[in-house]
Amino acid sequence: MKVKKGMLARRDFVVATVAAGTALLSGCGSSRRGGWEFLSERDARTLKAICDQIIPADDFPSASQAGVVDFIDRQLVRHFRHHRSAYRDGLQRADALSRKLYGGELAVLTPARQLEVVQAIEQENRTFFELVRNHTLDGYYGPPRHGGNRDAVSWRMLGLAEPPVLGRSPSEQKKGPAS
Amino acid sequence: MKRVNAVVIGAGAAGGIVAKELSVAGLSVVLLERGPWYTSNDCRKDDLRNQRTTVLGNAFGPEDEGNPRVSVDPNGDARVVLPSEGNYQNNAACVGGGTLSYGAMAWRYLPQDFRMRSTYGVPRGSSLEDWPISYDDLEPFYDKAEYEIGVSGDYSGTPFHGPRRRPLPMPPLPPNREFQILWPAARRLGLHPFHIPMARNSVPYNGRAACMRCRWCVGFACEVDAKNGSQNTVIPIALATGNCELRTECMAKEILTDDRGHARGVTYFDARGRLQEQSCDFVVVSACAIESARLLLNSKSRLFPNGLGNRYDQVGRNLQGHHYTGAVGFFGFDTYDDVGPGASIAITDYNHGTTGLCGGGLLANEFIRLPIQMIDRLPPTVSRWGMGHKQAMRAYFKRNIMIFGPTQQIPAADARVTLDPSVKDKWGMPVARISGNVHPHTFEIGEKQAQRAEAWLKEAGAISTFHFAGRPQIVSAGQHQAGTCRMGTDPKVSVVDRDCRIHDVDNVFVIDSSVHVTNGGFNPALTIMAVAYMASAALVRNWKGTGFR
Repeated sequence: MKVKKGMLARRDFVVATVAAGTALLSGCGSSRRGGWEFLSERDARTLKAICDQIIPADDFPSASQAGVVDFIDRQLVRHFRHHRSAYRDGLQRADALSRKLYGGELAVLTPARQLEVVQAIEQENRTFFELVRNHTLDGYYGPPRHGGNRDAVSWRMLGLAEPPVLGRSPSEQKKGPAS
Repeated sequence: MKRVNAVVIGAGAAGGIVAKELSVAGLSVVLLERGPWYTSNDCRKDDLRNQRTTVLGNAFGPEDEGNPRVSVDPNGDARVVLPSEGNYQNNAACVGGGTLSYGAMAWRYLPQDFRMRSTYGVPRGSSLEDWPISYDDLEPFYDKAEYEIGVSGDYSGTPFHGPRRRPLPMPPLPPNREFQILWPAARRLGLHPFHIPMARNSVPYNGRAACMRCRWCVGFACEVDAKNGSQNTVIPIALATGNCELRTECMAKEILTDDRGHARGVTYFDARGRLQEQSCDFVVVSACAIESARLLLNSKSRLFPNGLGNRYDQVGRNLQGHHYTGAVGFFGFDTYDDVGPGASIAITDYNHGTTGLCGGGLLANEFIRLPIQMIDRLPPTVSRWGMGHKQAMRAYFKRNIMIFGPTQQIPAADARVTLDPSVKDKWGMPVARISGNVHPHTFEIGEKQAQRAEAWLKEAGAISTFHFAGRPQIVSAGQHQAGTCRMGTDPKVSVVDRDCRIHDVDNVFVIDSSVHVTNGGFNPALTIMAVAYMASAALVRNWKGTGFR
């Protein structure tokens, strides 16, 4: 199929904006109106636990609080399509490892135990861990439009003016996620 | 389709210039470009989808769908790679080519860069060679490129450059904070810092605005059109002559030759995927080093069973780009001022003249950083994830400077482009198969350059530093790809002559970075442009209405 690139990008953008709005309405928790685009509820819980060890909360939000799970889920039906089986398989193995070490799925463990399990995942399933690590940082430090840097929190954290003083057209500011 | 004088394949740095020079001289030209024509309206500032950070794909082509290549590692393991993956060695696919979204450094190579073999001899296992043209031959065309494309900067701080007939047409942008920190440090070290020449308007020029100094520069199209590429300079002039027709989203398939080995036209797939044939008097291939070689190799006929110009198995060899090395320094104060393009100060003291090393390269500060570019630039002692990583991002984002540069590569004949025997693109054509490695002497030069970058940062007051100078086991090409259709006098070891004409075909020319014998210790864009002006001048001079003199 031949689709003009500009059109495709615009359609993606509309979907992304609508989804970001939905996520904002539902707050920072894992509950979502309309469910996930790719992940199962269980996969999403496990992924959230891993993402929040990669970027934990301090006085600025954690990865999932900033929308990183939404970002990854959304891209798994778009640009990350070829990583679907890696996620499905990796998240299952993560929970299996968690049950083996602490007798329960990753999402229900204490933060200290979650950290230990994630460290174990890094050792035992390095390829998967690197994938999630990179996608988590991409989502969190990337532009807000993709849903993983909600309200430009990471840019504010780094002390960058948002919206930027220079370099964003007025039309784009209107279309961007609420800030 | 009406016959034209010339078909130019590829509307990038070189093809745009050739199309302009020919059409202004009155020749009829069809300019084929496989990508679309983006404008500043398409300039979406997406940190994850641009031409440098491609987590969500390339902003300016090619698309991941239907454009594979094959990458072969040193163990011989072949893997299909997508355009947004590093080993694809992508440049861009659009009108303007790489010059739409480049950082726009506009360097002249140094006189020694054209005489590498004479200067250094030939390191074992390399194909180091002199160009058949000199810096002095190219100087008038460097000058023309600087004025027609538009370059700002100031060379007056350094003696390490070739002779110039006049200063650059535009002054440099006012110095940013990193410039102010690095300038006195370089002077204390006895170095000669100066303002990087950039194809970027520092003042209104050629009817377009000056740079507004935003954060989204290298990898992005310029929102105010202050960055100068072929798409906003020479191509509009070519079209305005009425002699040049630009056909976008048209993918060249093959150069057709007649029974006497003379090119008679080009077949291509148009925007709707239909096969078209355009007849012409001569053909100019300007598709960039990898795709130009691929097109010649795909143009097989009875007289050229191994591809056009490939009688001696030279097409596709000597693929080279740049091995980047350098250092990052961390400071006790803010170095970040949110003023683009960021890259501002350079030295060329180390491009030549180091005992035991065959060359060197420029060192310059890096372009302004986006947050995403900082995630793997933290001190090596910092955890790669977790609370430590997050806190380090906060501590160091505004307090670091990176200095690095392109090490001049020592070319090797086995770093090359061939056709993959099985993988095809969406048009059914065999794709480029990229194999070989960087010559090891390149790594030795790179290591030294990284140490020098680190010393500069320490002198500037960095509290801690680290340098990076890997030995990637993969060919280097990417946006600086060059060398695959070497210019030379001996047909057995080169592909084109000094006029960029293929040795054994009198009306096919390769005019782009493919012809670079060596690639300098500099970003190659301005040299690509100068060679294009020079080769175009020869074309126009030799063209006699129906054939070449």
